[in-house]
Amino acid sequence: MFSLSPPKFPFDLAPAENYVAAVQKGNASTFDSPQVRFVLRMPLPPFFSNYLGRKLFRFLLTIQGLGAFALITLGVIIKKIGVARHVVRPLIRHEISRAGLRLLPMFLFMAAALGLLVIGQTVSWATRYGATKYLGTVMVIVVVRELGPLITAVLVLARIGTANVVELGTARAMGEVEALEALGIDPVHYLVVPRVIGMAVGIFSLTVYFIIGALASGYLWAFMQDVPLRPGDYFSQLAGALSGLDFVLLALKTVLFGFIISIVTCYHGLAQPLRLEEVSYATVRAVAQSVIACVLIDALFIIIYLAT
Amino acid sequence: MSAASETSIRLAIEMRGVSVGSMRDQSSVAVEDVNWSVAPGDFWVISGFQGAGKSDFLMLTGGMMAPVCGTYCFFGEEMPIFEDHRLAERLKLGFVFETGQLFNHLTVSENISLPLRYHRNLSKADAEAEVQKLLELTELAPWADSTPGAMARHWQRRAGFARALMLRPEVLLLDNPLAGLDLRHRAWWLNLLEQLARGHEWMNGRPMTLVVTTNDLRLWRDGARKFAVLKDKHFVALGDWAQVETANDELVRELRAFTPPQE
Repeated sequence: MFSLSPPKFPFDLAPAENYVAAVQKGNASTFDSPQVRFVLRMPLPPFFSNYLGRKLFRFLLTIQGLGAFALITLGVIIKKIGVARHVVRPLIRHEISRAGLRLLPMFLFMAAALGLLVIGQTVSWATRYGATKYLGTVMVIVVVRELGPLITAVLVLARIGTANVVELGTARAMGEVEALEALGIDPVHYLVVPRVIGMAVGIFSLTVYFIIGALASGYLWAFMQDVPLRPGDYFSQLAGALSGLDFVLLALKTVLFGFIISIVTCYHGLAQPLRLEEVSYATVRAVAQSVIACVLIDALFIIIYLAT
Repeated sequence: MSAASETSIRLAIEMRGVSVGSMRDQSSVAVEDVNWSVAPGDFWVISGFQGAGKSDFLMLTGGMMAPVCGTYCFFGEEMPIFEDHRLAERLKLGFVFETGQLFNHLTVSENISLPLRYHRNLSKADAEAEVQKLLELTELAPWADSTPGAMARHWQRRAGFARALMLRPEVLLLDNPLAGLDLRHRAWWLNLLEQLARGHEWMNGRPMTLVVTTNDLRLWRDGARKFAVLKDKHFVALGDWAQVETANDELVRELRAFTPPQE
């Protein structure tokens, strides 16, 4: 098993200790020490500079906690790849269904809407300047590289990420995590790993369907607006604008979105000894941090595109 | 191997100078300087008023908390245990929560089968026979397909008991198992625990080591049991019921309810 003691689980119940001593020991549970909790929840400071300092401190604490949690989860995924597969694999299938298959109708609708939106706006502009031959290129840049993965990630976050925080936060508050520990079951393996794998696979799959749907509906809208563009030409434009790197980066980006969203939401659900009244607060924080993380990842991929 | 370490391996539970943190307020200490030894086959009853730290103490004994200070060994292995290579030792310990602490998204039979399926990598069908035996033993068969939310608290506790028994632990810790029970349910628990302590068929006749917490010592006076109380953040071992009866401590008198508390 991935050695977790010490350092402990971030949501471990070990008694609090001096913050500096705990940092020196590399003990991740310090994220919930009373001193840290005080920093997270103390009232507004009198000066703006104090406010900024506190925000920076909170940001660093969050990065520390999330980083430790992500590394622990990765370690458990690798170390326990075949452990209890009769229990864990059905859970993974369930999560893939929840974060993927069951959302497909909503995503097909959204794909149709996005295709209409992008092409609708582009056609009116392109026909004015006689630039309809760039429709395929515009669709690839807007839908395949940017909006497709990002909209998928945000919608899955809204539908499943929030549910993760509420489910895990409630389970934590009701003592189910202690019950797992009492049974010798690793809570990360049982509760987090299926969600991480399920969401990574789910977001990747949904993004593929979303992009195909948006490209198809884009052509349909262009056809309805009497744009002189045959399906073969549209397909050629798309194929010409796509490169091998697009497929690789699309896969990487969507899997990374799934990993980050599930890590952030599971962390906020599990990582602290939540009381029931704290679950809604944790959900709000998880959503905000997930969106910020996804946008940052997207910016990173834009830099990669520009560099190549 | 030294004589001292041989002794500690023979003991099921051995605590030396252990201080127990509080689950609710992690900066405070619930019980201090515990020196306690439990031999295999012992049946310990630990009492104290509400808020005395019984649940915290039992949580630490169950390996869900690390001691603030001191050493706690379980069959010679230092607790708490998280590592895979020591998991077999850890699974000798079972824990029954006061409120059952069942997994709300699973049915009762799924809850009961989970530890067996997880640790032995069994499918639902493969674990079915063992689950049925435990459902019959704990009279939970009518609730098998219900989720915990549909059951009363005392039945949830019983399902938690069945779940803890699934792996046939050598040591079972029960947090206030008789709290809020009517006479019939209380008799059922006392009877089954006594059978387990003597060697139940489910355990292949092997006596189980039991540690229970209680608010009322009187309920546990029958049988060969050892008693202790948590008083002023300290663990005080009293001995058998005869010694409890003769103890002149005010707290013990209150807990055995022989005399009303002094004004």
